Amino acid sequence: MNAETSPQSPWQTASIIRIEKRTPRVTSFWLQPSRPFSHIAGQHVDIRLTAPDGYQARRSYSIASAPDAGIELAIERLDDGEVSPFFHDVAAVGDEIELRGPLGGHFIWQDSDGGPILLVGGGSGVVPLMAMVRHRTLRESTEKVALVFSARIWDEVIFRDELIGLDDRRDGFDLVLTLTREPARRPADYSRRIDAAMVTRVLSRISGPPKLAFVCGSNAFVSAAAQALIDAGVQASLIRTERYGV
Amino acid sequence: MATRGFFSGRRPPSDTDARMPPGQYLEQGFPVLSAGPTPRVRAEDWSFTLKQGPRPIKKWNWAEFNALPQSKMTRDIHCVTAWTKFNTPWQGVMIDDILADAGIEPPTAYTLALSFDGYSTNVPTKDLVSGKAMVALLYEGKPITPDHGGPARLLVPHLYFWKSAKWVNGLQFTERDEPGFWELRGYHMYGDPWREQRYSSDP
Repeated sequence: MNAETSPQSPWQTASIIRIEKRTPRVTSFWLQPSRPFSHIAGQHVDIRLTAPDGYQARRSYSIASAPDAGIELAIERLDDGEVSPFFHDVAAVGDEIELRGPLGGHFIWQDSDGGPILLVGGGSGVVPLMAMVRHRTLRESTEKVALVFSARIWDEVIFRDELIGLDDRRDGFDLVLTLTREPARRPADYSRRIDAAMVTRVLSRISGPPKLAFVCGSNAFVSAAAQALIDAGVQASLIRTERYGV
Repeated sequence: MATRGFFSGRRPPSDTDARMPPGQYLEQGFPVLSAGPTPRVRAEDWSFTLKQGPRPIKKWNWAEFNALPQSKMTRDIHCVTAWTKFNTPWQGVMIDDILADAGIEPPTAYTLALSFDGYSTNVPTKDLVSGKAMVALLYEGKPITPDHGGPARLLVPHLYFWKSAKWVNGLQFTERDEPGFWELRGYHMYGDPWREQRYSSDP
């Protein structure tokens, strides 16, 4: 046993137990950690891959599943990436990878934090927000939660059927899809980039100013969306952001 | 444990091996990460305050601060999210020169860097002085953009880059090592990339 697999190490092995394609560019991988843990919605794990010569690559991935409902990572394929092409092109059920986590103590929400909550995701930035939406559902929370989800096209709306199903329950969760390269498909959806007017309309659905807002996506998306929230009157101090960096 | 089928990867060129801390990869761009919206701080609203505990020692406005002696530092920077960027060129005021202008020696062993957006991060005072750190005003010879922490950010390049607080507006000397924003949320109190001190459970 070397130091990296000793009980003291924060790293552990995890098996891939299920793989499901979500969209043309996003696939979900369910992991079974050797030392099971409970996470908070919005947290991430670090994944580490090791080449035969010892070279290691690590990346952070948000958890899409609700706490205590397995560990699902929804990973977007980045063609110039180092870790995501491994998942998309190589990884198979039964493979073992190394995992560390759960991590992150800021971009998190649990039902006891209260609402209303405004969630804003661009592309695969929806993943940590999905964990929050699923957590709310599993907990049968009555807190009002609105998710504004921006995707390029209808077929790139990750978790689309599940989200629309939750929206149809009319139990205090509102889904607003906005497509930037296609016309809207549903009556209350949009087909443009997120702006202050859109945010204002969505806020009226959760009856007023949010207790917290979570914005996740690319840097350009988060910058524009956070500005739209501020322009719609949301206090900057209530807005938590998570950026992919690029 | 070798991962089945993982061969490629972005190995750093062998001549740069010695400059890459463990677990990092080489990044050519300059990723942006932050916990909240980007504050737009105008120069006329900007100020920088040196404090001991709650007590202000000295405060500079933008013009006064820019009139302090300026130095250049070109350094490799290392983000806890695993990217490393080589040779980033900064210009600004060394912490040594800020202390000299205030006419003080460092009064305590610990410091909190404070920012306009409420962010804070702790750095031992010895890691800020003796030419190790500055308040940067220029990047690549131009004003630092708001995304990257402009008008002014702390630069402590030998620690993970979350310690280099964006939108910095002061340094507060503290008696004890008090955790800042990310340190209260699971990140390491010191953050040495060469010892891979990413999270609080790292030695």
